[in-house]
Amino acid sequence: MKPGSTAFFRLTKPVVFLCCLLPLVLLLAGAFSIAGQSLGANPIEALLHSLGRWGLKFLLITLAVTPLRRLTGWNWLIRFRRMLGLFAFFYILLHFVVYAVLDQGLDFAAIVEDVVKRPYITLGMAGLLMLLPLAITSTKGMMRRLGKRWQKLHRLVYVIAVVGVWHFYWQVKLDTLDPSVYAAVLAVLLGARIYFALKARRRVTNPSNSFF
Amino acid sequence: MLIKRTSDILPSEITDESVYLNRRELLLKAGLVTAGVMAGQPLLTLGSAGPSGPELSGIRKSQYSTDEPLNSWTDITTYNNYYEFGTGKEDPSRNAVDFEPRPWTVAVNGECDKPGNYNYEDIVSAHTLEERIYRLRCVEAWSMVVPWVGIPLSSLIKRFEPNSKAKYVRFKTLYDPKRMPGQRRRNLDWPYVEGLTIEEAMHPLTLMAVGVYGRELPNQNGAPLRLVVPWKYGFKSIKAIVEISLTRKRPVSSWESAIPSEYGFYANVNPEVSHPRWSQARERPIGAGVFASKKPTLMFNGYADQVASLYAGLDLRKNY
Repeated sequence: MKPGSTAFFRLTKPVVFLCCLLPLVLLLAGAFSIAGQSLGANPIEALLHSLGRWGLKFLLITLAVTPLRRLTGWNWLIRFRRMLGLFAFFYILLHFVVYAVLDQGLDFAAIVEDVVKRPYITLGMAGLLMLLPLAITSTKGMMRRLGKRWQKLHRLVYVIAVVGVWHFYWQVKLDTLDPSVYAAVLAVLLGARIYFALKARRRVTNPSNSFF
Repeated sequence: MLIKRTSDILPSEITDESVYLNRRELLLKAGLVTAGVMAGQPLLTLGSAGPSGPELSGIRKSQYSTDEPLNSWTDITTYNNYYEFGTGKEDPSRNAVDFEPRPWTVAVNGECDKPGNYNYEDIVSAHTLEERIYRLRCVEAWSMVVPWVGIPLSSLIKRFEPNSKAKYVRFKTLYDPKRMPGQRRRNLDWPYVEGLTIEEAMHPLTLMAVGVYGRELPNQNGAPLRLVVPWKYGFKSIKAIVEISLTRKRPVSSWESAIPSEYGFYANVNPEVSHPRWSQARERPIGAGVFASKKPTLMFNGYADQVASLYAGLDLRKNY
């Protein structure tokens, strides 16, 4: 079976999809103490933090598709990008739902106060709101309808990733090791884009740079 | 103050309430484990173990105990902020397993007439142990109810005979990166330091804890000696104490020196003064499950009647 063939995608897409669901399955098992899974003494905090981290991880994985494709020449990777990006949105949305429903108990006033008064929550909310138009315009039809503007709009993902990691960094009490690792990975992924763009600019003979 | 007549049986001697309430689930789990063993592989590991470790004897009940339902042994011993053993909540329960809390010596110095090195047995054996069931409110907006065992700090400090110049008490945690792996990273300025005013230290609620649930303190809870100041955020209740100093000047605590805009010397539980990054108005009770709501935080963690007078005239917004 050739990578990139119809048969290849027919097999790999459902497998990747199920793998992307695995973190959620494990968290749900933990939340309901199924199959020996446990979320520990503070399950709401565990859910909240784990969903947020998975959202960021999927965001970084999505941003890794293009550099990987450039490095390896595996152009078929691009066919997984939408699914990965939508899983990033999915986990970040669940992160928000757990915050609003389980953590804040849908106390609207408390949520508004958080968003207005606590900068890291302001950032998180901004990131989620910016993700919405990207998720909505992720369909083939929308891509066609928006044409060139689609790519412009979807460059928002760089801002979202920065805002998301920053949100994580500001949330931790003291030990910034974990968010620093996310920030370093993001810096590499964004740096790769700058590197490739500069390289393409120098190569005037080949101006077909559709990297950004 | 309301003094209730309590029964002669310590709450910790009775089957843990959560174990009792979950007896059917436990039987089911026992069945599953048996089935798993028969099938040749563990289907399930039992997550909630009962109290373990050496039992303490001669414990007296206290009028200062709350009658609120206790957190389970598992909650109390697996959800800990103890950066000397790692910054994750479950790190201390894993990384403190091999910590050896004996022999243990506490250096007493400063403005007192009986300074010196006191070993653990010197410190504890002269006192009757008391069970104090206190609310614990963490600065991170979660809370527990813990059945501590200990001695009133005031009776301990009186033995050191503080002089009139002693205005504050400073405590230090052990610094030993070999035994406390979290100290190999400099996220806090080790050793951990905490302090109280002499009035706070001599207050009858302030406890030098040596146990929990009628047992010696587990390592992850600050063995062998830790402070418990129930009306202050948990980080004031310093663990694994090796030095007690009576001082003229106000000590600077570790969190205060790390992030002075977020953590102050007093750190009294106060729902009206937010942490710069989160609200302190409500708290998440640990052990209440996924669908439990937060509950309102009480002024001085519900100990206002006993301690508010210590802070008369003090601007609690400035002195957070």
